[in-house]
Amino acid sequence: MIDKDQPILETRELSKRFSIGTRFSSQGKRTVHAVDNVSLTVRRGETVGLVGESGCGKSTLARCLVRLYDITDGRLLFEGDDITGKSLTELRPFRRRLQMVFQDPSASLNPRRRVGDLVAEPLRIHTDLSSREISKRVAELFDLVGLLPDHVMRYPHEFSGGQRQRVGIARAIALNPDLVVLDEPVSALDVSVQAQIVNLLADLQEKLKLTYIFIAHDLSIVRQVSTRIAVMYLGSIVEEGPAEELFATPAHPYSQALISAVPVVETTPAGTRKRIILTGDVPSPLKPPSGCRFHPRCPIAADRCRTERPQLTEHRSGRKVACHFPTLAASDG
Amino acid sequence: MMLSVRDLRVSFRTHEGLVRAIDGVSFDLNEGEILGVVGESGSGKTVSLLAVMGLITDPNAVIEGSIRYKERELVGLPAKELRRLRGNEIAMIFQDPMTALTPVYTIGWQIAEQIRAHKRVSKSQALERVEELLAEVNFPNPREAMSRYPHQLSGGMRQRAVIAMALSCNPALLVADEPTTALDVTVQAGILDLVRKLRTTHNSAVVFITHDMGVVSELADRVMVMYAGRVVERGSRTELFSAPQHPYTRALLGSIPPLTGEKPRRLPAIPGSPPSLLRLPEGCAFGPRCPVNYEPCRTGKPTLGDGGHAAACFRVQA
Repeated sequence: MIDKDQPILETRELSKRFSIGTRFSSQGKRTVHAVDNVSLTVRRGETVGLVGESGCGKSTLARCLVRLYDITDGRLLFEGDDITGKSLTELRPFRRRLQMVFQDPSASLNPRRRVGDLVAEPLRIHTDLSSREISKRVAELFDLVGLLPDHVMRYPHEFSGGQRQRVGIARAIALNPDLVVLDEPVSALDVSVQAQIVNLLADLQEKLKLTYIFIAHDLSIVRQVSTRIAVMYLGSIVEEGPAEELFATPAHPYSQALISAVPVVETTPAGTRKRIILTGDVPSPLKPPSGCRFHPRCPIAADRCRTERPQLTEHRSGRKVACHFPTLAASDG
Repeated sequence: MMLSVRDLRVSFRTHEGLVRAIDGVSFDLNEGEILGVVGESGSGKTVSLLAVMGLITDPNAVIEGSIRYKERELVGLPAKELRRLRGNEIAMIFQDPMTALTPVYTIGWQIAEQIRAHKRVSKSQALERVEELLAEVNFPNPREAMSRYPHQLSGGMRQRAVIAMALSCNPALLVADEPTTALDVTVQAGILDLVRKLRTTHNSAVVFITHDMGVVSELADRVMVMYAGRVVERGSRTELFSAPQHPYTRALLGSIPPLTGEKPRRLPAIPGSPPSLLRLPEGCAFGPRCPVNYEPCRTGKPTLGDGGHAAACFRVQA
């Protein structure tokens, strides 16, 4: 029986490093620390949002979580089973329960195949349903994601961006997965269509009891869909907490800057909202700074931050921060 | 009036028929003013500004209407004269800085080239000016940055280099086409600050194209909302955001999830997707997606009335 409190997915000090420049670079072999010591727990039925600037490692982490990338260090547990080093054949039973939706639906759908075929493909690979049962299931899935039954015979280019993403979602939920990793599922869509897809994802989560890991750079959308949010900077999680709380009172200076930078529609005179503008750019993960990785851009960096790297520590239930000087509510002491 | 566009129409002849990308766009722009142009893909926001810049060179394009810049008609102006204006008095910033820069020359060389194309200065004077410009757009080490190639810079730095290039001749009019869309929010905040500063220090007029309502509300003095090649609403920033009139503007604003306060259980979404310009619906182009059910919208095309704050909607005008 499934233990209700058991996390569906858990990473323990997970790291992913890439070696680059082995052949033509004068600097010899160098290592990119794309994901660095990430410990993340995902519970059944929740939506964990991953946010951070481009290059912070959120997509790499997502790909590690579904084992599209091999993990360099640390462990990945799915319902308590260690799947870190499992071979492709051993992974197969897990794959159907662990699905992914990609950012650009026009790049992830084969343009030469009909969308009905594309949605049926996972069923053909993972189940022994007859072709009649498969068509029935495809029709069901089309209905579930809001596509019309006669759409099955069409090709991806005949659809709008929003409809193509619906096809991508139908494909991902075809096998009744438990966990779906969504990597920027709405970023490529028109603004007026984004809300439709966000609502569809929420409906599916309720109906199919799905757990989501949601990656996006649009912070207001992440806040809307997530129950919990992890903020990443240079491959590590710097803050984690319940979505609304984290947005209302960010404790890490990086989360504060990130949230304050989001332009919001206001009717008061322009530029009155307090904003923290970060200087400099995200450092290269090839040579991350010493101590706290955020210290060169941090407005409150002290000497200690330059030498000692802060660990992600829990401050009150559910709020974890990796900072020597976090901004915490008075009650947290 | 610095820029005055009247009844601008741009069509493209394609093998599937005539595509009307812009259908009767009119607007004015004063010195030192920031105009925000909001719209989704295919709304015609980019094409209308490319027309202003004289950058539509497609032989299948048909441009009609009038674009007056400082009392000079730009439609039909010879390429040579346009070139004298472009980059000098009128500058443009594009969405993707990587395609706006050539990969084979250094940043310093590229900006100096632009200065020397328009101003009679020596090479060393031009390079001095480049250093000033890079400092102005917040490069921490301008002298060093001059010898860098585009691929050695981050996305935010590249966009700042492109902005430095646009500012190199103190343009009176700056057209920015989604300059922050490819950037992270933290970098975007810095670029928006820079645009604001430009307006105050150079008194330049800015047309800022974006699909992000938040960006417009932070930056623009006046706003123009476009849908399917037409302006559906225009007004001052305060008018438009505190009392939006057009159903499209209202729906778009309503579908943005809030950053503070209670989360709605479901987002108020707009059904359907933007129409193809080849197959525009009969009547109002927003009609099939519009929550308002009103008879005249099915047959007639609503036009933008007069006045500072106006919406092209029969229901609003009724």
